Amino acid sequence: MNAAALPIISIMLAIPMVAAIACLFVRAETARVLALGATLLNLLLGAWLWVSYDPAGAQWQFVESLQLFGPIGWKLGIDGISLTLIMLSVFLMPICIGASWHAIDKRVGEYMAAFLLMETLMIGVFAAQDLLLFYIFFEAGLIPMYLIIGIWGGAERIYASYKFFLYTLLGSVVMLIAMLWMIQTAGTADIPTLLNTDFPVEAQKWLWLAFFASFAVKMPMWPVHTWLPDAHVQAPTAGSVILAGVLLKMGGYGFLRFSLPMFPEASADFIPLVFGLSMVAVVYTSLVALVQSDMKKLIAYSSVAHMAIVTVGLFTFNQQGIEGAIIVMLSHGLVSGALFLCVGVIYDRLHTREISRYGGLSINMPKYALLFMLFTMASVGLPGTSGFVGEFLSLAGAYKVSTWATLIATTGIILGAGYMLYLYLRIAFGEQKNADAAAMSDIDGREMWLLAPIAAAVLWMGVYPESFLAPIRRDVATIVERIERAAPAGDSKLKANDPTTAKYRVGGHGEEKNKAEGSHH
Amino acid sequence: MDLNASLFLVRPEVILSFSALALLLLAAWRSDSGRLASILAVTALFGAGAFVVDFMATGTDATAFDGLIGNDAFGNFAKLLIYFAAAISLMIAPRFLENAGAMRAEYPVLILLAAIGMGIMVSATDLVTLYIGLELNSLAAYVLASFARYDGRSAEAGLKYFVLGALASGILLFGMSLLYGFAGSTSFSAIGTALNGDISLGMIFGIVFVLSGLAFKISAAPFHMWTPDVYEGAPTPVTAFFASAPKVAASVLLIRVVIEAFGNEAMVWQQIVIVVALMSIIIGAVGAIGQQNLKRLLAYSSINNIGFILIGLAAGTEQGVAAMLVYLAIYVAMTLGSFIVLMQLKARDGSYRETFADIAGLSKTRPALAAIFAIFMFSLAGIPPLFGFWGKLVVFQAAVAANLLPLAVIGIAASVIGAFYYLKVVKVMYFDEPADVIAPADDAVLSWTGGILAITQSPLGYLAIPVLAALSAQAARALF
Repeated sequence: MNAAALPIISIMLAIPMVAAIACLFVRAETARVLALGATLLNLLLGAWLWVSYDPAGAQWQFVESLQLFGPIGWKLGIDGISLTLIMLSVFLMPICIGASWHAIDKRVGEYMAAFLLMETLMIGVFAAQDLLLFYIFFEAGLIPMYLIIGIWGGAERIYASYKFFLYTLLGSVVMLIAMLWMIQTAGTADIPTLLNTDFPVEAQKWLWLAFFASFAVKMPMWPVHTWLPDAHVQAPTAGSVILAGVLLKMGGYGFLRFSLPMFPEASADFIPLVFGLSMVAVVYTSLVALVQSDMKKLIAYSSVAHMAIVTVGLFTFNQQGIEGAIIVMLSHGLVSGALFLCVGVIYDRLHTREISRYGGLSINMPKYALLFMLFTMASVGLPGTSGFVGEFLSLAGAYKVSTWATLIATTGIILGAGYMLYLYLRIAFGEQKNADAAAMSDIDGREMWLLAPIAAAVLWMGVYPESFLAPIRRDVATIVERIERAAPAGDSKLKANDPTTAKYRVGGHGEEKNKAEGSHH
Repeated sequence: MDLNASLFLVRPEVILSFSALALLLLAAWRSDSGRLASILAVTALFGAGAFVVDFMATGTDATAFDGLIGNDAFGNFAKLLIYFAAAISLMIAPRFLENAGAMRAEYPVLILLAAIGMGIMVSATDLVTLYIGLELNSLAAYVLASFARYDGRSAEAGLKYFVLGALASGILLFGMSLLYGFAGSTSFSAIGTALNGDISLGMIFGIVFVLSGLAFKISAAPFHMWTPDVYEGAPTPVTAFFASAPKVAASVLLIRVVIEAFGNEAMVWQQIVIVVALMSIIIGAVGAIGQQNLKRLLAYSSINNIGFILIGLAAGTEQGVAAMLVYLAIYVAMTLGSFIVLMQLKARDGSYRETFADIAGLSKTRPALAAIFAIFMFSLAGIPPLFGFWGKLVVFQAAVAANLLPLAVIGIAASVIGAFYYLKVVKVMYFDEPADVIAPADDAVLSWTGGILAITQSPLGYLAIPVLAALSAQAARALF
């Protein structure tokens, strides 16, 4: 619909890129302002993108196509799923810049350049419509993140940066071979075409595994999650925000964009693998999170648990599950980002992430305690917050496929409540046993400006999720329709026509489904 | 075909030969005229390059001197790369060699002679021409390696290179004589015709010996042992030259021999090439990890890269050969750029530094230099969006198209090992505390050439893909 108008996505890619280059050549103060300006401008453009996106229009909107680089087509375009994730990226970026305003005082220009470059690459990943272009954006993100962790990170930053880089690289290179094979076989690298290409079932398995290697590491799924706690703990606050907020979502986006619609049969075959790993992840990482003494590590492990619910939701093969998984991704992007910011707020004051060094902060930092409480509750999945909507939908979807997987995945919510409330208890409640922690000042205006928008978004998503479901509904339906032929039979033996259960039923099966979905609108 | 027509087809070699002889006279007359001779030699290379471009534009495809030497798009593509690398090696050298007290007018002469030898190598269509070109290049290279003759390391490098190079030449000659004995001809096409269907054990021996000798010249594992020592000992501009032009020449020569002479016996050479490729990738990656000297590190990096180039050859298809040419073109820019960065690592006392300890924290003291070096390192590691990624992509694409999936998977997984040591360079420059031993920039030629080469490796390089793809495809087509 807007094809003839401005190449809006290219502009959104170009703005941070240009600003990044400019940041390298200016003084620290200017670099901060420049970075904030560029990210805010992109946020505006993103908002415009959201407003002018037509949920009922063509599947791919704002399409651009140029043959600039020979076989690599400069093909961009978004559907509703891309749109929401791009929105998440552009929303978090100015917050990241703001979070680094005072915390980063060395090599500011380079830092801002790395973040702006990151923004370009994130938008690129979600908008690329050419397989090779996607891979370039996907992989290129390693370089700025490596530098962010390595230059501005904590004491063990070098180990963490290596681990992050090599782990993700090893996961991804095999995917490249699979992509080359697909291009060879299908004769095109165009993603919309590939989405409707049926690969031979036997080949699908290998391709699926190759893509899985990459996305499982990125996601991260147990047992290849070990790079994440290291990277999070060592990264600067804003680095953690962007890592948890957007980079992890690339894994989920990959499953959704590639694994499911391109290899439906293989995806169905590997459901036990995905569910199995996810179940282990939910229980195991939740328990690990429970015993952490480092705040960032705790939130990092909780990320792995939440991402496991995403993978469960994605591989349910039904509308609810996939919609739920996307909402969990968005919600987790906001909530974990906000939690890392909350950690950053007190880390900036006391320079420690040890939970035991704090306590009773609700006395001297009431505003902080309130916001932290909100994000804790959202992470737990309290109704009214974004966490609930996503987790409920994805688990409801999962129930149709596997009762056991749902049962075990649901323990994640209980365990999540355990470790998050325990964290909150130790930080905000109780006695003020440390004098220095008790003397900390409450959040200032800048920090309020960082956290308040996220809080608003979390509540918005919790109270009126339709705003976020509307753009993705049709695209999820397209995917569900595409993979329907391989959809697994559920393990629940519904006795729909059994007269003995008639009295427990309100209506037909179809009506129940509508109710389950409708109850959140 | 009369002599004039033959000479017309070797115009680039003729002009370079006359220039080299004239410069030799100049050197004999005035041995302090190194800079002037360098400028003249670069001019001669540009002249020869212009002839090559002319051949490419007219699509020449002919042989001269009764089938001893060819002139086709394939050889011409390689010649352009070789002349480019030689010209850069000439431009960057004078100041470095003057500081080392080794600048003499013979340097450009030797580079020109090596370039002529390489030009003959890449156009050879006969074993004898091949050997003449190879030895002309090698003899010049042995002298160049020990050009800083008062430096013990340089003299050692020259001697090592010579002894091992002579051994490799012997192996090559032995293989060539076997091939001649069993095929009855030294011409590639006649050997190709003879090598069809059942082949005798003697021929297999001949093929193995020839491949071994050539593997030495491209420093592919397991014939790579000389590389780190020679690269470390030779003066850095010479090392830059070794790592670029002769690699192109020997790889292209290897392609031509394999495709034109052994093309019908893919079963025999393909497994050798696969093993050599994987060994080079892995040994190049693992060997580099413990290195403290950056020149040695880049030596292992060149072994590693040759492995990736050979993956294209293992495919044995037109697409594979085109991919190798693309990779070579990108590789030449990356490797020359890396050595140009090394040449700028000059301490305040004027000595040249080349270890990790010296570049610690370079990003704080010389941000531009560190950024350029980081670009080359990420590019050599094949991380997108840098242009080195494209080289890796095309060779793996060729391997996938040729159904060599296991090779592609193992090769690309091994590239992650290589990424480790490239990352280490970036880590030392960006994450470590500054050692502050490197003096501020003082050489505009190096800064500019390094900067321009870095731009070619940046994402802007992708704009060159259509041109590169067309030229390499045309070149590969000439071979099949």
